[in-house]
Amino acid sequence: MTADHLAAPQDHLVSALVRDEPRVLTRITSLFGRRAYNIRSLSVGSTEQPGVSRMTFVVTGDRAIVEQAMKQLEKLHDVLHVVDHSLEKFVDRELVLVKVAITPESRVEVRQIAEDFRARIVDVGRRALTFEVTGDEGKVTAFIEQMRPFGILETMRTGRVALTRGSNADIPGHVYHGETRALGPLLTATAAED
Amino acid sequence: MTPPNGAQALWQTLAAHGVGTVFGYPGGAIMPVYDALTLFPDIRHILARHEQGAIHAAEGWAKATGELGVCLATSGPGATNLVTGLADAMMDSVPLLAITGNVARHLMGTDAFQEADITGITLPITKHNYVVTDPNDLPRIVAEAIRIARSGRPGPVLVDIPKDVQLAAFTGEVHGPQAAPEAPAPDPHALEAAVALLKEARKPVLMVGGGAQGAAAEVTAFARAWRIPTITTLMGLGAFPASDPLWLGMPGMHGSVAANRAISEADVLVGIGLRFDDRVTGRVKDFAPQASIIHIDLDAAEISKIVRAHVPVRADAAQAARLLTERAEPLSHPDWTATLAEWRTRGEHPTHWGAAQAVRQVVARLRPQDVLSTDVGQHQMLAAQLARFEQPRRWLTSGGLGTMGFGFPAAIGAALAEPGVTSMVIAGDGGFQMTAQELATLTKYGVRNVKICVVNNSYLGMVRQWQELFHERRYSEVYLGDSNPDFLKLADAYGISGWRADNSADLEGAIDAWLAHDGSALLEVVVPNEHGVFPMVPAGAALSEMIETEPQAVQGSRA
Repeated sequence: MTADHLAAPQDHLVSALVRDEPRVLTRITSLFGRRAYNIRSLSVGSTEQPGVSRMTFVVTGDRAIVEQAMKQLEKLHDVLHVVDHSLEKFVDRELVLVKVAITPESRVEVRQIAEDFRARIVDVGRRALTFEVTGDEGKVTAFIEQMRPFGILETMRTGRVALTRGSNADIPGHVYHGETRALGPLLTATAAED
Repeated sequence: MTPPNGAQALWQTLAAHGVGTVFGYPGGAIMPVYDALTLFPDIRHILARHEQGAIHAAEGWAKATGELGVCLATSGPGATNLVTGLADAMMDSVPLLAITGNVARHLMGTDAFQEADITGITLPITKHNYVVTDPNDLPRIVAEAIRIARSGRPGPVLVDIPKDVQLAAFTGEVHGPQAAPEAPAPDPHALEAAVALLKEARKPVLMVGGGAQGAAAEVTAFARAWRIPTITTLMGLGAFPASDPLWLGMPGMHGSVAANRAISEADVLVGIGLRFDDRVTGRVKDFAPQASIIHIDLDAAEISKIVRAHVPVRADAAQAARLLTERAEPLSHPDWTATLAEWRTRGEHPTHWGAAQAVRQVVARLRPQDVLSTDVGQHQMLAAQLARFEQPRRWLTSGGLGTMGFGFPAAIGAALAEPGVTSMVIAGDGGFQMTAQELATLTKYGVRNVKICVVNNSYLGMVRQWQELFHERRYSEVYLGDSNPDFLKLADAYGISGWRADNSADLEGAIDAWLAHDGSALLEVVVPNEHGVFPMVPAGAALSEMIETEPQAVQGSRA
């Protein structure tokens, strides 16, 4: 592998586990914006753990930029853990809704292609069909390319989501436990009189 | 006694953390906190004349002591006046807690009177920030904020408290200090690699940054044990004693000839507690071109951010220095030592009358325990070049952000923290006027140990120097001389005594009187207009391209 290869801009799939608190999304996107890191896609959702959300980013840049972005992310108080999916095997999926123009002549062909992709029809109109496709990025892109000649009216992609393969969890147990020590009810005596 | 409310819980929590002094300025949305302050006579509140003065004073307190600085402001304009100080504290890693009032919860987001989204505004310039929405959360949040501000790489944390939360009944518990997370132990393989590199070094250099201010003893022991010539950055001044023969001065744009040449020639460069700021590196691709770089820093994100580290060591500075000292094998490199000794004689300052001579005479009077703070500009660089620091935390300057107006209020903070030392300020005529109203703070609290020196060249001197060198002497909007106040009268208006000098001989006498005066005092030194600061590495140039002395054509000329 050459140095040129390392310096070439590439997409990197990174997950961050974050506290589900106000402004977390702003804080993270503001960090990316200020430091001029390019986010190509971002998806956010809750996890099995109350109070913890997971974000998956696709960051474009050379290796050094992605490393720096991850280190900057890890510094944020709201960020509990950062996973670089390129270091282990992972599964990733993306969901897309595609509204394709149809004519009486093209209808059958469009449906046939959709079937090949295991795309589901989620809305049927007189002049358009809306499909839902789930898959890795390549499949989603291929589906859109197949549909393009018929006339794509609208698309909406969710951005990629990912999990590391195997039985290891991405979230180490310790990230949930903050420590606070109470000094005792210094003020409760007067509170009781209230 | 009134039933406890959020505001009282705030003071209880601060008291439980040992906070004894806060700097602030009241206003509508923080009034319940000020009201509750009357119940806490052991906490000293210092009323500044501007929120920026309050936060820089808190920074001065923190930089001089290494302890948390605390400041207080109201919502909206009060809070936004803290912005410069927060950004300054972020850049220079100052442990700081800023508490702001805000409008009541039901008014937030409605553009209410004196409302500003201060948490939104300060997101990129704080280590973390909070809005408290439940009074019972206050102690936990404040304790957490203090832990975050102080632990790891320190920084500013802002806690915004809506007015109705300050007033709401408090039924929770007050928290004491939270245990700080332990610094990660340095990776033994990385340490081994560092030792191996050092053993082979023919031209080693140690560069010490502001992150090592709390580890000066360990870092000094490390440098001496291995006999490594040592450079201290602007923020690292004092973290290694200037009297030690190993000391080479400061690197970078206005660094010493010896320091910059040493970097350009070094074969191994150890950086500790520093972030390779662009003012230090010059053109990055030509920084330390022959050196293997060992970078020791607690903040993983600083390692290889600007300069790629061959040996990255994520560690606490003191711990890493101790471990490396244990492995010391004193280096012997007579050629390198001789070369450095020769370079140390280069780039001497002119001895004719001017800003450099004035600053030299003033800083010569500092005792090792005294604190020196500056604003930003020519006087700052001259002070950094000419003062000789033997101890850490004696040099307070705005390094990363370059904040004019920082020096004077920072000196007040340090003076209140350490009434037994002289807290000297060197400011320019430009910067001093940005926070000169804090003269009132000196008077109000009878602060006796702040000695203000205004070096007056009637210009924004550093901008003028750049215009001279890079804009063909088009001095656009930098002349202040036609409208500067009479600085002695200004001080006198606040009840502060002053002296003035405009030549070397008179200056000596004026310094005597100024320092001997029982109380804070101001010294105005009038210097020629057009002197520059040299050595200088032009912006964007390599350290090896430094201009060593002032170009002849410019010396002695007048505006």
